[in-house]
Amino acid sequence: MLTFLNHLISGISLGSVYAIIALGYTMVYGIAKMLNFAHGDVIMVGAYVCFFMVSSFGLHPIIGILLAMVVCTLLGIVIERLAYKPLRQAPSLAVLITAIGMSYFLQNAAQLLWTSNYKMFPAFFTFGGKNGVSFFDGRLNLSWTTIVTILACLVIMVVLTLFTDKTKLGKAMRACSEDKGAAQLMGINVNTTISVTFAIGSALAAVAGVLLCSAYPTLMPTTGSMPGIKAFTAAVFGGIGSIPGALLGGILLGIIEIFAKAYISTQVSDAIVFAVLIIVLLVKPTGLLGKQIREKV
Amino acid sequence: MLKVENINVYYGSIHAVKGVSFEVHPGEIVTLIGANGAGKSTILNTISGLLRTKTGSITFLGSSIAHTQPHIIVRQGLAQVPEGRRIFQTMTVQENLEMGAYTQKLNVVAEELDRVFRQFPRLKERRKQVAGTLSGGEQQMLAMGRALMSHPKLLMLDEPSMGLAPILVEQIFEIIQTLHQDGTTILLVEQNAQMALSVASRAYVLETGNITLSGTGAELTQDDRVRKAYLGG
Repeated sequence: MLTFLNHLISGISLGSVYAIIALGYTMVYGIAKMLNFAHGDVIMVGAYVCFFMVSSFGLHPIIGILLAMVVCTLLGIVIERLAYKPLRQAPSLAVLITAIGMSYFLQNAAQLLWTSNYKMFPAFFTFGGKNGVSFFDGRLNLSWTTIVTILACLVIMVVLTLFTDKTKLGKAMRACSEDKGAAQLMGINVNTTISVTFAIGSALAAVAGVLLCSAYPTLMPTTGSMPGIKAFTAAVFGGIGSIPGALLGGILLGIIEIFAKAYISTQVSDAIVFAVLIIVLLVKPTGLLGKQIREKV
Repeated sequence: MLKVENINVYYGSIHAVKGVSFEVHPGEIVTLIGANGAGKSTILNTISGLLRTKTGSITFLGSSIAHTQPHIIVRQGLAQVPEGRRIFQTMTVQENLEMGAYTQKLNVVAEELDRVFRQFPRLKERRKQVAGTLSGGEQQMLAMGRALMSHPKLLMLDEPSMGLAPILVEQIFEIIQTLHQDGTTILLVEQNAQMALSVASRAYVLETGNITLSGTGAELTQDDRVRKAYLGG
């Protein structure tokens, strides 16, 4: 029973990271109707920036995370401006291929800058020399990383939901994702709104990168690619375009992955994760919480 | 107030609007009538900046807007109610109206909201309702209210009667006249020529991208060609 609980908690923790990454995919898809496959690699850049700030410059981890967020935000805006904005009117296949190209570009640039040797990401989340708390004589362990990850995910979800529901800019983002032409007629600058969306998604990617590497500390130029693809799966699973969907999809995917690893097989766990995606899409093509707008004429 | 001169608009290789020129003076209701596909909506979308003209000029309140971004044009006092209403279906009535006031300073939004609610009491009753669940007539009112939230000097209406029952069409046209009496200049695009001509100060007839006739609303109502083609004999 306690083993089950341990697995469940690690599943939720991993799922929280997926959820934070999935938000980037889902928001960008919602507004720009494109799949930003370079999103996973922004995670990796965020983790590297934080790593160097803390390990090489000896800065406090909080400052390292904040700087990583700043760098990723700028990176996200630049990627959108240079690579995707010129393709606003292009067929979606062209945009998709560009995004994949951007993903490889970031991976290879990282290899050039930081070599392909892996770095050991330091353990940030220790309090009083301990890296977690134990219950039931050490049979149930909660690491601080797990606690921080789950809390971060919850806080991000609440803040983001309030942002899109209550603020003028957030509402403008919803308006743009529904009808860009009509949004322009309201006086909304669609290009700025898309930039803001990329900025938010990329800042979250930096957070996700640090959380991911705190739990799985080997950092390489390809670190972001698999979690990126899984988070994309989570976004589709939950219903792409939906913020609560990203949370639900991410958490469920994390739990499924950990359970598959624990109870079925470590080797096929990834296959199981993607098989779940295929089944969900067969049964409910819009994902679990996918929006289906019925038009009333 | 608005001067459109010799605009040519293309969709790829299709020449949709061919050298069209017309004017709207302050305080007028000007209508463009014509059959489906004549280029009416294309003209409105070109004025609001969603489409671009290859030639000619568009001047609004003395400044050229032919190359201005749509979101800037709105700030200059020109609002459009698009064809098919295009309200934000998943947002509430009030949120839709707030989007209409996107260009306004926060402190005047409440004031504009009150004004629009006075013009459309039905929208006030439904302010918390999700817009996609409104009836067709209510959606049209919302689309008009939303455009009015920017307090436009010129309001462009694209087929406001489309898909509505006759009684609702009458209601919408009453609202148009009220807005006009309150001082809003209106450019109205309609397939329902009879209704449009009955409220218009001046009208232009559009056929396959060309303006073929123009005159006052009363003149065109009497014109044989207009009667035959648009008013059912």
